[in-house]
Amino acid sequence: MIGPQRAVLPDGRLHLQHGPIDLIIEAFGGANEIERAYAQATARFADVLPTLVNELSKLRAPIGEAYPLLQGAVARRMSRAVWPHRAVYITPMAAVAGSVADEMLQAMVEGRTLDKAYVNNGGDIAIHLSPGHSLRAGIFVQALDGTASLTHDSPVRGVATSGRGGRSFSLGIADSATVLAENAAAADAAATLIANAVNIDHPAIERRPARELDPDSDLRDLPVTVAMGALPASAIEEALDRGAAEARRLRLCGLIDSAAISLAGQWRLVAVTPLVAARAG
Amino acid sequence: MSDDIALSEAERSAGIVRCDACPVLCRIRPGRAGACDRYANEDNKLIRVDPLVLLTKPDLAKVAFVEGSAPWAGEFGKGEGAIVTGIGATTTYPDYKPAPFIVASKHDGVDMVTVVTEGIFSYCGVKVKIDTDRYLGPEQAPVRVKGETVGHVTTAEYGSQMLSLGGVHHLTGGSKKEGVVTCDALLALCNKEAVELAIDGGASVVVQANKPPVVNGTLEERMRVGCGSAAIGMFAPQWKDHVDEVIVVDDHITGVLSEHQGGVFLDMKPAGIRVRGRKSTPGRYFQVAQPGLGWGGTDVSDPLDIIEKIDPKVAWPGLKLLMVSTTGEHSGWFVLDQELKPQPADMPVPVKAVVERIAENCEPALCTVLFMAGAGGSLRAGVTENPVRLTRSVRDALTKVTLGGVPAYVWPGGGITLMVDVSKMPEKSFGYVPTPALVAPIEFTLRADDYAALGGYASRAVSLQDVLRSNKVRLDR
Repeated sequence: MIGPQRAVLPDGRLHLQHGPIDLIIEAFGGANEIERAYAQATARFADVLPTLVNELSKLRAPIGEAYPLLQGAVARRMSRAVWPHRAVYITPMAAVAGSVADEMLQAMVEGRTLDKAYVNNGGDIAIHLSPGHSLRAGIFVQALDGTASLTHDSPVRGVATSGRGGRSFSLGIADSATVLAENAAAADAAATLIANAVNIDHPAIERRPARELDPDSDLRDLPVTVAMGALPASAIEEALDRGAAEARRLRLCGLIDSAAISLAGQWRLVAVTPLVAARAG
Repeated sequence: MSDDIALSEAERSAGIVRCDACPVLCRIRPGRAGACDRYANEDNKLIRVDPLVLLTKPDLAKVAFVEGSAPWAGEFGKGEGAIVTGIGATTTYPDYKPAPFIVASKHDGVDMVTVVTEGIFSYCGVKVKIDTDRYLGPEQAPVRVKGETVGHVTTAEYGSQMLSLGGVHHLTGGSKKEGVVTCDALLALCNKEAVELAIDGGASVVVQANKPPVVNGTLEERMRVGCGSAAIGMFAPQWKDHVDEVIVVDDHITGVLSEHQGGVFLDMKPAGIRVRGRKSTPGRYFQVAQPGLGWGGTDVSDPLDIIEKIDPKVAWPGLKLLMVSTTGEHSGWFVLDQELKPQPADMPVPVKAVVERIAENCEPALCTVLFMAGAGGSLRAGVTENPVRLTRSVRDALTKVTLGGVPAYVWPGGGITLMVDVSKMPEKSFGYVPTPALVAPIEFTLRADDYAALGGYASRAVSLQDVLRSNKVRLDR
C-alpha cells in the first residue's frame, strides 16, 4: 500500500497525494510563514484518508431522518454540508472533496500569518484571504471559460465544480456547474445538486445504474449519465433552466453565493460575485 | 457494504478486482478505473494506468514496470541494456500518475482553476498512410471527425493515400470544439485506437494504426500489386497462351495487353479493343473512368463500360478477353460473338489461376500512423542548460532520440523535428496536457561524458539501479 506523497512543484506550490486525494496547495506571504504552513499541511495530511476510510460505509449511506453521527473531522464537515439537502437523495460523499480542502486549509493557516492561501482538491477549492487580498479562480470546462474574482470582503471561501465526465458520477447532463459558497464543502454539495438538476429526458442520453459501473458507488442503483449524443437546442435550454432554478433556490436558502452552469457551450449565471465568461466559441 | 478485503464469489466471477494501493480499497469492474484514476481493471487484472515503462533492449523487447510488490529481480541482467522510456515518467510529479495537469498548470490571469475533469488537448500532428486504391477524396479536401475539420488529404503515393491530421491550425486556430475533437482523434490514433474520418467530397474511412482501412463500411484487405500497366508487365507471359486480350482496370493507369510493350514483346496480335480515357504510351491509359469504389479504384461496376469501341477491321468473333482489376478482386471473362459484342463466359482454369496470383501478390493493406512533432526549446532546456548543444549533439549522432524506446527519424534542418511509427511504441504511450500539447515520451540517450559536455544536469543523474529500486515494479509482458 502506498502512503501519502508530497512534492514541491518547480514553481514552489505544494502537491500532496494519497489514493484519490490530489491536492495543489499555495500560500502567499513571508517565506518562513509559507514554509511552516506547508509543514502544517503535510503533517495534517497524513491521516486524512485513513480516517475517512474508517467511516466510509456511513459516509456512503444516504442522509435520512437523523443527523449522521460521525467522528472524523473531515467526515463531520461532510455531513454538515449535505444535511441541508436531505430532502433529496444525498450522501456525505457529495461533499468529500470540498471537505478535505476545507480541513487542509484550516490546518495550514492555523497560527500562521499569510496574505492568502488555497487548497485545490481536484478543482474543489478552499480559500483563505486576509484583508485587502484577493484571488481569481478560473472555470475550466473545455478551456479557460470564465473567471471569478474572490475578495476578502465577499463571504465566498469555497469554490467547487461538478458535472458529467468528472471523477464522480452525475445524475444530470451539465458539462459543468461551478458554485461559490462560504466554504468548499458547501460549494461541493451544492454543485453536485445543481449539476444533477441540469437534466431532461431524451433518447440521446444514456444512463446506467451507478453500481453497474462501480460496485462501491454511494449512488447505488440510481441512473447515472454515461453518454450523451447531440441534443436539440430546446432540450439544452430546458435542462439549463432547470439547473438555474435549482441554483436560485439554493441561493434563496442561503446555501450558495453564486453559480455558473454550462451545457453544450451555453451558460447560465446565477451570480452575486462577479463571474465573467472568458470568451465565446 | 463489504469492507472486507476479500471479494465475494459473485464479485470475482463478475471480473471485479480489489485494489489495495490505498486504504480506500476500491472494487473495480472490468474496463473501469478506481476512485483515483491511477489504477484500473484491465482484463480482470489490476493495472497501473500509466506505468513507467522499461525496455530491456533497444530492439523493443517490452517490459512495463508498473506498481506491484515484486522488486526488480535482475531477470534481465540487472537492468543492463534496459532503456528507461519516457512513458509514465512525467516531469514534475513524485509518482508517475495522470498528473492533475489542469489544476497544477498555470493559466494567465488566474491564480487557480476549478474543473470537472482533466480536459483533452494537443498540439501535434500525425501523418497517416492508407493503403488503398479506392478513391478517398480530392487532394486538399478537409478531413472531418464528428463534423469538425481535423486535417486534410495530401498526396497520393504508390498504392496509398496520405492524410495530414492535426497540427496547430486545427488544434488552436479554429473553434474550441475543433481543437477538442482534433485532439481526441490524434490521441486515439497515436494510442492505436480506431477513428472514423469523413473526407469532404470523398469517402468515410476508419483508420487504426497497423490495421486495414475500412472504406465506406468495406474492409480493404489488400493493396494493388502495381498499376494496370505494371500488372501487364508482370503477368503477360503467364496469360499469353490463354487469351487474346487482357485489360487491367486501374484508376491510375489501365493496361491493355496486346498494345502494351509486354504484349508486343510476346508477338501478340492487335485485338482492336479501344478503351476510354487518355492514351499515355502504347497500352497505357489514364482516366478510363472516374475515381470511385468499383473496379481498381474507379467508379466502374460493369467493366465493359470502359470499352469505347471494338474495331471490326481488327477484332474477330471468338476473341477471348480477360478484364481484371489491379488487386484481382474483380475479374470477368468474355468472348466476342458474331456481332463482336463481348459475352460473359466461364473463365478457363489457367486464366483464373493468374487472376488469383494477382490477388496473392497484393500486400495486405494497412493504415500506418506516424507521430510527428518538434522538440522545442523548453523541452530541450529540460535536458541541458544549453539547448542548442542538444540539437547539435543529435545532428552529430552522439545523442540517440527515441520515443517510447522506438528510434525516431529526425528530420534534417533546424531544431529537432521527428517522426515515429506509433504502432511500434508500447501501449498507451501518449497522453495530453491542456497547454495544449500532446504528451509523448521522448528519450535522449548519450554517453555520460558527452552529456556533461553539452551542459547536461549531470549531478541529477541517477543510476538505473536506483530507478529500479525506487519504483516498485511488476513485470508486464
